Amino acid sequence: MTGERLDGLRIRDLRVTFDGFTAVDGVDLDVAPGDIRFLIGPNGAGKTTLVDAVTGLVRATGSVRFGDTELLGRDVHRIARLGVGRTFQTAAVFEELSVLQNLDIAAGAGRSWWSLARRRRRIPDEVAEALTTIGLADRPDQLAGTLAHGQKQWLEIGMLLVQNARLLLLDEPVAGMSHDERDATGALLETVSRDRTVVVIEHDMDFLRRFARTVTVLHAGRVLSEGSVAQVQADPRVQEVYLGVDSGTEA
Amino acid sequence: MSTVTAPTGRTPDPAAGGRRRNLLPGAGPARAAAGFALGAALLFAVAPLALSDFRLSLLAKYLCLAMVAIGIGIAWGRGGMLTLGQGVFFGLGGYAMAMHLKLADAGPGELPDFMQLYGQLDELPWWWRPFASPWFALPATVLLPMAVAFGLGSLVFRRKVRGAYFAILSQALAMAMVILLVGQQGTTGGTNGLTDIQGFFGYALTDPVNQRMVYFVIAGTLLALLLLARQLIQSRYGELLVAVRDGEERVRFLGYDPASVKLVAYVVAAGMAGLAGALFVPAVGIISPAMIGIVPSIEFVIGVAVGGRATLLGPVLGAVAVAWAKTALSERFPGGWTYLQGLMFVLVVAFLPGGLAALVGLGRQRGDDPDRRRWWRRRRRQVPAGVGTTVPVEGAGTPEATDGAGLAGARTGVTA
Repeated sequence: MTGERLDGLRIRDLRVTFDGFTAVDGVDLDVAPGDIRFLIGPNGAGKTTLVDAVTGLVRATGSVRFGDTELLGRDVHRIARLGVGRTFQTAAVFEELSVLQNLDIAAGAGRSWWSLARRRRRIPDEVAEALTTIGLADRPDQLAGTLAHGQKQWLEIGMLLVQNARLLLLDEPVAGMSHDERDATGALLETVSRDRTVVVIEHDMDFLRRFARTVTVLHAGRVLSEGSVAQVQADPRVQEVYLGVDSGTEA
Repeated sequence: MSTVTAPTGRTPDPAAGGRRRNLLPGAGPARAAAGFALGAALLFAVAPLALSDFRLSLLAKYLCLAMVAIGIGIAWGRGGMLTLGQGVFFGLGGYAMAMHLKLADAGPGELPDFMQLYGQLDELPWWWRPFASPWFALPATVLLPMAVAFGLGSLVFRRKVRGAYFAILSQALAMAMVILLVGQQGTTGGTNGLTDIQGFFGYALTDPVNQRMVYFVIAGTLLALLLLARQLIQSRYGELLVAVRDGEERVRFLGYDPASVKLVAYVVAAGMAGLAGALFVPAVGIISPAMIGIVPSIEFVIGVAVGGRATLLGPVLGAVAVAWAKTALSERFPGGWTYLQGLMFVLVVAFLPGGLAALVGLGRQRGDDPDRRRWWRRRRRQVPAGVGTTVPVEGAGTPEATDGAGLAGARTGVTA
């Protein structure tokens, strides 16, 4: 479970435009190595689009550097191989494959064709470790599609771990989770952030207060405010556009 | 063949059961070996004894179609690529073999009979010449289709052409190939194709003994392809292929290039179709555009769909069954077959997406197609905690129960 080194994310003047609509409008963002950064903002603020741009899904201008490497302009799978992993709002696991198979595939992007052509003889160490970390060690053979919602989200995080992602971009990881599941997910985030940098998009204010180390508020494609939870909460502009509305109903 | 959802009525033994199946995903090797031996006995002992020469040569033809079906099962069933144009690869293999056999029939330096008949040709076209050598022609029956599939697949998959667009494109290719063949009558035999093939590497195909030999070669090849397909499906690549089928974009975010994953399956399927075409020629004595165009290409797919596209044996049995039914019913109701075939396809797609394999449980393995989870299987999943499962899926149908258990696990994992 050790990333080789901790790297930070450095975004400069990021712009994403869809048919004349500017979804991300000149964002500068620095996430320190090992941080748990929460990205919040009203719907349409550009949070997911920002993650899409960082992971190569949508075209963007500006600069996104992870460690010393420029990410913009690379293919999705190349960026993934550089150690950038993400989850999606709806859990995207391979439902017809088992938990173990899901993790094994996630762990195998660097495998040779020769090793792909053969069967898995034993459970790779990093997969076994991830099974324990995400609490699914007792059900490696269960089809991912039959997991409970929260477990699917954990499986996704587990897939990022074995993928050896050193930057985790999580899109609403606790949406739809029960209270206990949120606690477990938060504890999981704290564990994995020991040797990784984590960025979380989240609407849940209670979850944010408990687990965020730093917060960035986006609004209309721009950074509105940034700092610790307390600083952001005290910012009148944030209260106006975001926290002013009842946070409980935001999702 | 795993028992993930099979009610056993016993308390599960997670440690033993789970562990063992991790090491050996899919069917156990003992069971697979038994099935393989049974198949070999049927093909090599029972069929030659029970069937007349005529029926046996028909079976040889069906088995060739079954080889195409194995490939489609991989590309479509496991990889999600609806290949409606496998006739192209079947045809490339078939024509490569037929060209060699025609040249061998004609003898050194002579033109094949049809070229003398309607060609104004004085000498062999340049692209026919290499096929005089078996050392070129035989590998070409497999490598030529694979090369074409590689070229086409490289263009298509990287551009993210998929679904119906891919199906239509592959079908258009089958159309184009037929038009090309028919248009070049002087050098390809046109609509008639390459007919009246007499010999197969020195053996006269008119001799029933040699026809039997051809049958055995075909049966052996089919078994070998089944082994290859089984290895492919159970390998890590096979799991990855299913992952690409079910979530191409997700696979990309894991650091794979799905285009290469699909390309491999597509090329393998093309190679199998080419080999099938090559063996079809000595079995039937002819290859013509009518056997490789759109209609036969669709018929390949129907056999696979009927049998069960995501399984190993389903496509083979489906292809043989549909081909056999076609012969049997066309003998009795000429003209009615086409409608029946269409009806069968519609019924299977609408009511039995997993094919017949879903009925007999052939396909009860992981990685099967999502839409094969029919109502009776879903209901089985809701069997109460721990009652009917060999793996601990307690409360698979009751999220609350599972949450608690998983959570405890997550906590211990986190604090460890």
